[in-house]
Amino acid sequence: MKTYKNTGNIDTRSGFGAGLTELGKTNPDVVALCADLTGSLKMDEFKKNHPERFFQIGIAEANMIGIAAGMTIGGKIPFTGTFANFSTGRVYDQIRQSVAYSGKNVKICASHAGLTLGEDGATHQILEDIGMMKMLPGMTVINTCDYNQTKAATLAIAKHEGPVYLRFGRPKVANFTPEDQKFEIGKAVTLTEGNDVTIIATGHLVWEALEAAKELDEKGISAEVINIHTIKPLDEAAILKSVRKTKCVVTAEEHNVLGGLGESVARTLVLNDPAPQEFVATQDTFGESGEPLMLLDKYGLNAKAISEKAEAVILRKE
Amino acid sequence: MSTTQHLQDFVTQVRRDILRQVHQVNSGHPGGSLGCAEFFSVLYQEVMEYSTDFDMDGKNEDLFFLSNGHISPVFYSVLSRSGFFPVKELSTFRKIDSRLQGHPTTHEGLPGIRIASGSLGQGMSVAIGAAHTKKMNKDSHLVYSLHGDGELQEGQNWEAILYAGSKGIDNLIATVDYNKKQIDGATDDVLPLGNLKKKFEAFDWKVLELKEGNDIEAIKNTLAEAKSLTGKKQPIVILMETEMGNGVDFMMGTHAWHGKAPNDEQLETALAQNPETLGDY
Repeated sequence: MKTYKNTGNIDTRSGFGAGLTELGKTNPDVVALCADLTGSLKMDEFKKNHPERFFQIGIAEANMIGIAAGMTIGGKIPFTGTFANFSTGRVYDQIRQSVAYSGKNVKICASHAGLTLGEDGATHQILEDIGMMKMLPGMTVINTCDYNQTKAATLAIAKHEGPVYLRFGRPKVANFTPEDQKFEIGKAVTLTEGNDVTIIATGHLVWEALEAAKELDEKGISAEVINIHTIKPLDEAAILKSVRKTKCVVTAEEHNVLGGLGESVARTLVLNDPAPQEFVATQDTFGESGEPLMLLDKYGLNAKAISEKAEAVILRKE
Repeated sequence: MSTTQHLQDFVTQVRRDILRQVHQVNSGHPGGSLGCAEFFSVLYQEVMEYSTDFDMDGKNEDLFFLSNGHISPVFYSVLSRSGFFPVKELSTFRKIDSRLQGHPTTHEGLPGIRIASGSLGQGMSVAIGAAHTKKMNKDSHLVYSLHGDGELQEGQNWEAILYAGSKGIDNLIATVDYNKKQIDGATDDVLPLGNLKKKFEAFDWKVLELKEGNDIEAIKNTLAEAKSLTGKKQPIVILMETEMGNGVDFMMGTHAWHGKAPNDEQLETALAQNPETLGDY
């Protein structure tokens, strides 16, 4: 089984910051907007290097989304930065009308997504954002898994014409994807090949899926781990190819089971080749305060939960 | 023909277009549309510099954003009669497969529209963003926007008003259609706006009061004054007092025609008060 080395724990938001810094140097049309969370979003470097292209909006996210939409008229590529909760739920109608329906080239970059925001608690821990964003026609939805992938995705979305939701997080997590990777929007990444079960993971749970695959391997179960970083458009071909081989699937995400990646995978399967599926996700609940790893354990979003679901779903195969 | 006579004829034809559009589908918003017929006509016929060879980026042109999208009938009429798309297309308003959606949208590719509006309160932020880009592009053209007065009840406006004042956005001329009416009745009865002039001034805007918002000359003069005040580190707002339903006697002095179409008989009466000038669509 192919294994991956953690080159050092680092936050995905820093990958976004590094990507934005690079874009500042390479793409003069890129502009950045922030709603009073410049440090949290790691946008300081861009701000320092390009004060004329950095816009501090203040604590006014609705205004930020509207200004970003307007800035596209004349050719700018705005990247907005705030927490995932304030990037989506708070401004859903602004995104819907001024960005998505209007077809504007705005990149909505959202940190502190999911439970791993930690101690701030449920007011800030959005677990519904993937669902909201994937329902908007024309919206590309990306949830990256580590620093390197987040940096690569940040660079890639600047070249993509159209609205994008880029979701990443707060805590320091394993960095294991290649530094020089080519990020292809809408293209799944097969991390391990296996025959007994497919594990489809996104965001912080991709590393957990790899850990689960190791545990399963020790038990003689061969797991194929697929990283879906782009939830929309979904790489249906890659999913179907794998599940046609393994005949069952576990999906894993730091998001509500309702509206998340798992449902998109299930839809793909039932329309083509129905297969047993288990979901690692939060179960229609809000989060709570706590340390990120303890929260992931409490809500069943870890390697252990993934391997248990894998064993369970294998038993459901005909 | 004098420019004023031309504009009067233009306005009269725009009123007919508004009435006929909403009548033909028995839906839409004639009241506010009629109230802003003069403003749109002056803006597009005399004030703004633009190309009808529509390009979304609008570089080196003046831009206009309609925030209160429900007055789409007046916007569509003026855009078409200013050359953005064929006038006959007004007959498709609100019908299936039309580019003239109930509320304006870029989605169907109608030339002249740069943002969707309808869900209220979003247009000022968009206009500010476009104004920022004009500055970054070293484009000295201006950004104009129009907002309903009732629409100012939406909180996003006040985020935008604070921002524009604090950041000194001085290539933006916003106009408020101050007709003091909204769907449920008088704005003073629904949720009073208080002293709008003082409110905008408190947010560091330059305020121009246009008491005769249905008078062509007064609109021309106020827009000229507004233009002369740009570039002074301050956004400009025109509080334009208009008469909802202007030009049709039974639609004036009431909020009843905010979102209601005339029946056949009412249409005939309304059109008789506004005889054809430039040719119906």
